[in-house]
Amino acid sequence: MEKEKKKEKEEKESKKEEKKETKKEAKKEEKKKEKRERIIAVPGEIIASGPEFLPGEGTRREGKDILAMKFGLLDKKDKLVKVIPLTGAYIPRVGNTVIGQIVDITFNGWIVDILSPHLAFLSMTEYPKYISKNDLSEYYNFKDNILTKIKAVKSRSVELTMKERGLRKLEGGMLLRINSTRVPRVIGRAGSMVNTIKDETGCNITIGQNGIIWLKGKKMEDELLAREAIELIVKQPFIDGLTEKVKTFLSEKKKEKKSK
Amino acid sequence: MAFKRPDGRSFDQTRKIEAKVGIIKKADGSALFSFGDSKAIAAVYGPRQLYPQHLQNPEKCLLRCHYDLASFSVTERKRPGPTRRSSEISYVMTKALEPVLHLQNFPNSVVDVYIIITQADASTRCAAINAASMALANAGLLMKELVSSVSIGKVADAIVVDLTKEEEDYTITKEGKEEKATTDIPLAFLSRSEKLSLLQLDGKIKLQELKQAIAAGKKACVKITEIQKQTLKKIKEK
Repeated sequence: MEKEKKKEKEEKESKKEEKKETKKEAKKEEKKKEKRERIIAVPGEIIASGPEFLPGEGTRREGKDILAMKFGLLDKKDKLVKVIPLTGAYIPRVGNTVIGQIVDITFNGWIVDILSPHLAFLSMTEYPKYISKNDLSEYYNFKDNILTKIKAVKSRSVELTMKERGLRKLEGGMLLRINSTRVPRVIGRAGSMVNTIKDETGCNITIGQNGIIWLKGKKMEDELLAREAIELIVKQPFIDGLTEKVKTFLSEKKKEKKSK
Repeated sequence: MAFKRPDGRSFDQTRKIEAKVGIIKKADGSALFSFGDSKAIAAVYGPRQLYPQHLQNPEKCLLRCHYDLASFSVTERKRPGPTRRSSEISYVMTKALEPVLHLQNFPNSVVDVYIIITQADASTRCAAINAASMALANAGLLMKELVSSVSIGKVADAIVVDLTKEEEDYTITKEGKEEKATTDIPLAFLSRSEKLSLLQLDGKIKLQELKQAIAAGKKACVKITEIQKQTLKKIKEK
């Protein structure tokens, strides 16, 4: 799953770079400065005005002005104005890889809690192999945690699939819940943050977009250390150079252990 | 005899306002708001699936407010649990907050707002609405604007902003009898369109005075909205 994420991120980044290269360097710097400023929008606030702007997610148009409809970071890219939420519950999107828990078994599938506004449904036809209808609990039972992908989001339901590489039942390890808006921070640019933690602790880390994180290491202590590092990231999401901070934090902790 | 406020405030001055956001870790959104000694804490959970099923609305998401006084919040211990008063306030709060929320996207689900008054000194429902409005924004919900609320009172012919308990219980002696001289008017305004979303009235008042009171409330609410906005924006400095 991480590999795919990496690929996606890398692709996105390469695209961004191409765009940036076409523009002048001075503009580049300007953009960087803007990014660092991080303007926060509040519902009902005018965030852009003029007919040339396009209202994106979390915004609406009222006459000439574009108003924020969400509390979050303001994101202006060219003419598109968006508000990226900083807090709040997880809203499912097609293609998200999430971690969920089986809460019910029906005659043709499983009902999975992925912490979204609606419970998600995993049909038995979405299981990677053909399965007989007799006893679905043989495959996934109550309270099992699964790594799954969102196939479709309808107005009042979410459909899941397991037909992809890497999607599986999660056995052993430790589950951790963070706010879903912090997930990009924990993954880091092109997975840099999560790889740092992986390298330093030797844990296997899987992050669901819904904010559930699965940790599995050789020892319990490794998992606890990884958890501490993640909690550190969640606490200070706005600091620059967080990856370095996490690195030093983990190596210091390691030294402490050795000296003991 | 002209009325003078016991705490020395001018008529259009609110008490000291304290506001915080994101105070409850496990909630999706939370906020604290206080007018002087009236303190309200709000926590928002959801949108989440609504049970029992018969309460589900297939057209939109439901908003539920749960207002409660902590038993230690008043001078004489309040028996824990819902009362007539708290369920009425919960209802009017829901009605005051609903117009700003955009809840069509999540049918059959619910947004729960839990408000606890930890300290009460009149205008608790106004503090509660302000806290709830901030908590809802903090929960990342789609909102058209914020809601701000203040209580206006007519105390012996004076229109005053943000009543305290002492002012609420103010009496005058008329023809040898002691008489209640306060009319309490809690108001809530939408921050941008400046529409009224709550107006309650407890006591006697002339139409002209009511108009004055609403105008005074509007003025006070503009200031409160500004405080709410600034508090929400401060989140990055934490």
